[in-house]
Amino acid sequence: MELQAVLMAAGGGSRMMELTYNTHKPLLPVGNKPLIWYPLNLLERVGFEEVIIITTKDVQKMLTPDRLKLDGKMKLDVVCIQLEGEMGTADALRHVQQKIKTDVLVLSCDLITDVALHEVVDLFRAHNASMAMLMSKLHEFTETVPGQKGKKKAGEQRDFVGVDATGQRLLFMANEADLEDGLTIRKSIMCKHPSMRIRTGLLDAHLYCLKRCVVDFLVENKNISSIRGELIPYLVRKQFSKSVNLPNNKDEVEMSQKMEGQTNLEILGSCKDEELLRLTQERSCWNDHHGDMSEAYHGGKVRCYVHIMEDGVCYRVNTLAAYIEANRMVSAPKLIEDPPIHPSAVISECTQVGADSIIGASCQISDKTSIKRSTVGASSTVREKVKITNSILMNGVTVEEGCNIQGSVICSNAVIGRNADIKYCLVGSSQRIEPDGDLKMSRDWPA
Amino acid sequence: MADADETSKQAERNTNVGDGIAVKKQDIARAKNEGKELTKDEKQRLRKEKKQQKKNKKDDKGESEHENVPLPPSQAVVQCQSQKAPSVAPSLALTPVSVCTSEKPAKSKAEQRAERRARQEADRAAKGKKGESAQQPPSGKSKAPPNELQPVVKRLPEHVQVDDPAAVRKLAKKLERQQIPVRSEYGYKVSLFSHLHQYSRKAPLTQQISIPSTVIHPYIVRLGLQYSQGIVAGSNARSIALLHAFQKVIQDYKTPPNEELSRDLVNKLKPYISYLNQCRPLSASMGNAIKYVKKEISNIPCLCKEEEAKKQLLSCIDNYIKEKITLAATTISAYAIEKISNGDVILVYGCSSLVNHILCDAFDKKRKFSVIVVDSRPRLEGREALRRLVKKGICCTYVLISAVSYILPEVSKVFLGAHALLANGYVMSRVGTSQIALVAKAYNVPVLVCCETYKFCERVQTDSFVSNELDDPDDLMVTRKGKIHLENWQDIRQLGLLNLVYDVTPPDFVDLVITDLGMIPCTSVPVVLRVKNVDQ
Repeated sequence: MELQAVLMAAGGGSRMMELTYNTHKPLLPVGNKPLIWYPLNLLERVGFEEVIIITTKDVQKMLTPDRLKLDGKMKLDVVCIQLEGEMGTADALRHVQQKIKTDVLVLSCDLITDVALHEVVDLFRAHNASMAMLMSKLHEFTETVPGQKGKKKAGEQRDFVGVDATGQRLLFMANEADLEDGLTIRKSIMCKHPSMRIRTGLLDAHLYCLKRCVVDFLVENKNISSIRGELIPYLVRKQFSKSVNLPNNKDEVEMSQKMEGQTNLEILGSCKDEELLRLTQERSCWNDHHGDMSEAYHGGKVRCYVHIMEDGVCYRVNTLAAYIEANRMVSAPKLIEDPPIHPSAVISECTQVGADSIIGASCQISDKTSIKRSTVGASSTVREKVKITNSILMNGVTVEEGCNIQGSVICSNAVIGRNADIKYCLVGSSQRIEPDGDLKMSRDWPA
Repeated sequence: MADADETSKQAERNTNVGDGIAVKKQDIARAKNEGKELTKDEKQRLRKEKKQQKKNKKDDKGESEHENVPLPPSQAVVQCQSQKAPSVAPSLALTPVSVCTSEKPAKSKAEQRAERRARQEADRAAKGKKGESAQQPPSGKSKAPPNELQPVVKRLPEHVQVDDPAAVRKLAKKLERQQIPVRSEYGYKVSLFSHLHQYSRKAPLTQQISIPSTVIHPYIVRLGLQYSQGIVAGSNARSIALLHAFQKVIQDYKTPPNEELSRDLVNKLKPYISYLNQCRPLSASMGNAIKYVKKEISNIPCLCKEEEAKKQLLSCIDNYIKEKITLAATTISAYAIEKISNGDVILVYGCSSLVNHILCDAFDKKRKFSVIVVDSRPRLEGREALRRLVKKGICCTYVLISAVSYILPEVSKVFLGAHALLANGYVMSRVGTSQIALVAKAYNVPVLVCCETYKFCERVQTDSFVSNELDDPDDLMVTRKGKIHLENWQDIRQLGLLNLVYDVTPPDFVDLVITDLGMIPCTSVPVVLRVKNVDQ
């Protein structure tokens, strides 16, 4: 087997508590499908037959194949972890270490993308890389976020990503939060790669291909708790650190392992390096860089690669703005093959349903309603003379006559009373909006 | 009778089909009445009618072939039956029909040939059924077509024929059976090379296979990717990488129940080899290595246990690499060093791992020489050779191939590497090698080719067109000062970009071949091959 997929679905969705206080993040409906459906669909389309899903107990109950609406025969191996322990992604990976027998592809459950996955995996395969990841151009969110008054604060701090001249080798990665004094770049990096491009407008898709020895390294080093926060920057830095004098035979290796407390990643990596591979590289007339005296990859054993998507869909649904944007984009035909209007929905003739709206199963849309650029969840009821624009209605929502809903997010099982006028609001789960209510830019959920 | 003849002739000349039929029916009636004498005349008339038919065919234009095919059998049947004495009348009846139907179409020469072929086949079938000897005219006629239809030329399986749709279909079927995806061709191909594959590096074969690859072993997928992206390039490197991947495959192999390792493993390797061939056409050295591995696998005794068999195979592969590549390189450099004297100026082309090895060894043995590295676009492999030699400490000069005739007066010897040595003594090497050999010959500079014996191949080729490799044409696009030249070359219909990889050098330009068996002239290659075959 070549690659095993691990899906991280234990995150709490801390940046969109308004939506996740009632529904767990992996099960949030986006385009009337649970959020976790999108990465699972990506894996299935590409040809994976088994996925290991790490999640909490509550979510595990809901992850049955028919609820997930997966068409294929992908086998889901769900592993539960306790949420109280504040487990990071690296801790979770360590937890399933026994199941991992080959190189691993780690995904996050909030990734919605249509990337050609072979681009990332090809970098990983061709260059025998320790890590390959996916990044995408950051899209600005233009929709007004309900409940957020005033301009959006630059809450997310920027990532500085340095790539080499080909745009594939990852040379430098740091978050603005860690760079208090300024951006420092080691001389060794500049010597080896004199031409480096530093980009800031990139979104990390949290999709990583990791070598097996990296997972083993994680097991040995228990102080690393987050893949994105700690492991990846460590690997990127390790590419250029001074290499330890590699011992020649196995006995020396074991001795040096005992001497050092931590197992060095390079020693782990180099033992696997074979004589024939070295011979091949020696005889091959290829070099990844030109102009200096060193061999291919500068003799480094740890290599990190990144594939930067210039166009295409790539969202990480971890904030409210991203959630709304994802709902809009998901009606693009590439991601969902189902028709936007579910066949079991009952829509009467005098309604206007826009082409970019998604209507869920068993919905009832009555006369003289107009639904534009919106998503209506399953089993929702919309009565007469309702106007819904740019909004997201989750499952089981009831909208009484004469309402006007604009740019809002209505969570599941809410009831909007008649003639209510709701603009840019966020209505929590099972809330009830009084008839003739007039809400603008407010959030309504139980305190 | 004369009247009858005249009317019949008029009938023939008459292009009105309906009248013709009517008149001929009258003739038939008359023939029946007048008895035997007319049969000869009728025969003559038949022949004239046939001539007329042919004229009509040439005059008219544009008939599709499939209309022809049902016709010829009828015509063939007509001819067969025409020889039977009692059935002259029916034959007459049949010929008008065939005349009418044949007057409609117009046939080109190819279509006529096809007709004749079909007719010939129908004849053969008819002969088989009836077994008559009085088939002289048809057999006479059918003798003419076979001379034109030679049996299909037998081609060696490695000959690529991309512009022959039948061959392409056959290949596609074979790949489908092995569950390997077909790589699609890219871009306009120069007409002389339209029989070769041309792929784009941006469309790798991995796009079409599932990501945790199940059909193809992961090491083979990785190897294919490295081949197509050029990360593993050079004949020796590719062979070593291939054998290494085979070792991994053998390690992970488990004999299915009721199967023998010796037969099943070879079948397992076949789709992998097809896959690698799709990624990048196999080199001669790889072909020989594969033959060796397959032979070793087939020679495993049936009673051998799986673990032992695997160990034996792994050690065989290790031995092959050690003998044929590593030790051969040592031997060749020991021979070659006799040819390098102090004060020599040696010219090398591109990056040959063997030539670099020889020069580094010679430098280690304290010979004083300097090197001129000649390089060519688009690969610019000479930069890598330059780097290795300069790192060693050798004095180097670097020129592009356009400057070869300028610097050759200063050169004392030319060392060239080879991709393969063909059975007629021609050297197949990177494109540009034959140029260098030619210019060196003109300047009377000795040309020495260094090649291990495992690269000798039984193929015979005298030109670079028949069998070659086309690389990605987009490699020829170059960016200078921010502008990409040839960016939209696909839009210009009359423009084709050609990125050849190999060329052949005739043995007249090569003075010596240094192999691990010694220093031999180019024309001794078949002898070596024969000796090798006898050994095996």
